[in-house]
Amino acid sequence: MRGRMWKLAIYLFLLGFILNLLGIVTHVVVSSFAKRWFGKPLPPAFTTDWFTYAWREFELSHVLFITLFIALAVVFIALAIGFPAAYVLARRNFNAKPVLLLLYFLPLLIPQMTYGIPLATTLYGFGVGGTVLGVILAVLVPMVPLAVFILLPFFEQISLNLEWSAQMLGASRMQIFRRILLPLMLPGILTAGLLVLVNTISNFELAFLLAGGGSQTLVVALYYNVFAGGVRPVYSIDAMAVIYMCTVMAVLLVALRFVRPTQMVFRLDGKRN
Amino acid sequence: MARIRFDSRSELDLVAILCLVPSLLYVLAMFVYPFLYGIYISLQPKKRDAGMFSNYVAFFNDAYQYNTIKTTFMLALPTTIAVVLVALFLAYGMRRGIWFERTITTILVLPISLGVVFLSEGILGFYGHNGWLNQLLLAVGLIQNPLELTHNSIGVTFSLFMQNFPFCFLMLLGYISGIDPSLESSARMLGAGPWTIFRRVMFPLIAPGLIIAFALVFVMSFAVFPSAVMVGQPAGSTRTISIAAYQQAFEQYDMSYASAIAVIMGLCQLAALVVIVLVRRRMTIATTMGVGKR
Repeated sequence: MRGRMWKLAIYLFLLGFILNLLGIVTHVVVSSFAKRWFGKPLPPAFTTDWFTYAWREFELSHVLFITLFIALAVVFIALAIGFPAAYVLARRNFNAKPVLLLLYFLPLLIPQMTYGIPLATTLYGFGVGGTVLGVILAVLVPMVPLAVFILLPFFEQISLNLEWSAQMLGASRMQIFRRILLPLMLPGILTAGLLVLVNTISNFELAFLLAGGGSQTLVVALYYNVFAGGVRPVYSIDAMAVIYMCTVMAVLLVALRFVRPTQMVFRLDGKRN
Repeated sequence: MARIRFDSRSELDLVAILCLVPSLLYVLAMFVYPFLYGIYISLQPKKRDAGMFSNYVAFFNDAYQYNTIKTTFMLALPTTIAVVLVALFLAYGMRRGIWFERTITTILVLPISLGVVFLSEGILGFYGHNGWLNQLLLAVGLIQNPLELTHNSIGVTFSLFMQNFPFCFLMLLGYISGIDPSLESSARMLGAGPWTIFRRVMFPLIAPGLIIAFALVFVMSFAVFPSAVMVGQPAGSTRTISIAAYQQAFEQYDMSYASAIAVIMGLCQLAALVVIVLVRRRMTIATTMGVGKR
């Protein structure tokens, strides 16, 4: 009985959440197709002009390309240097480990605005501020630790006995990595990659502080256009927001086909049965 | 293999060190160095003759500036508590699977893909003065005047909830569904009710994950910038500390003062972090006993 009430409460919350999400999304989508819209439940006439307008005026093909390029570069580098670090932090004990963990944790724990401002000053000083490279370097600061902390529990779930057995049977480090760790870590790598990717695309503060004219990511371009008030019709901004949503959603849905978020923590025990 | 021994517990060999070096260098060069540099320039005020700490003195003598700390806490803390409690409630309820689990998880994760600008536009439109919600409530006759839900702290809280909830939920769901189900079964076998199972068995196991989730959500909420500008009232009730820092940096071009505000912001964060770590330390003892390994 109590279990049923519990379930009911969950479903009621989900219903509320979905309705609210639907309201928010539909409003922007409807607005992006509206010719004009004020104070009525629905706009009197619809048009797709705002999409062509947004695509042309905001140079969206360029912005999209830059965004994806930055995101993929960040995912690749974050995984490449985060993976080995997560392995060592999960498997080894050493004196400096708590300090190291704290050091990795700090970029996640300190607001991006806090270190973003001095970081931007530094990077502009080195002449990479306002460039694509500058944005990649800055966005990586929280993404490397994010990758490490997502991968860490996945490593911890893989029994050390597997590595020991392999070592016993004469496998080299490389073989252990390639034949045992990599396949078992695949869900972890996908999860980390997915979360880093989505977080990079939607990262605002660091990309905002470092973006110049040609290196604006989609969110930053969108934000700037919101404040180009009066010049840009709100419908065209909503059209751009819809394009943004579709881009990220496509990435997210493709990624969700490979990663089950419910199994973010890999269960070796569950696999055996 | 050459082993560098710091003491008997140390298990760092050359390969392990090589594994750590790239990411460590990155964090040191791109995070620690700028951070220290930020502290340094915050002590070099624009007016040369003023004292080293004149930026900090100026900040704490100006109610318009120092009140941003209170504003930010008042936004971040309630939001964080709400996000974590709701996420815990849902993730705990879904730990052994429910109907349409995959669809539901997907829907809960979707707000991530909206992005802050889309979310703000949607919230302004849907909950705004002329928004669908107000139109509906007026038409039904539940309210006489439109509710003011945007361009104030309610709107920002709401926007923050939508942004941070999916992340927190995913973390907790992963954490909770990773707990060995046999622990729960054993407790049930021994006659424990659902509440006792939660309080005595599951909660101690969830606690470390919960603390991390709390810390992360708090940080994200504390740093609120774009939604405080778009959905809030950036000159008044939702003038958060990051807005103050941004205005100094990119509107007044006073990097020194801006860095000082950034440092103050960081200190507030660290203070909160210390409290969280202290709580975590108390809770991990229970966990270590609960899992019975390590």
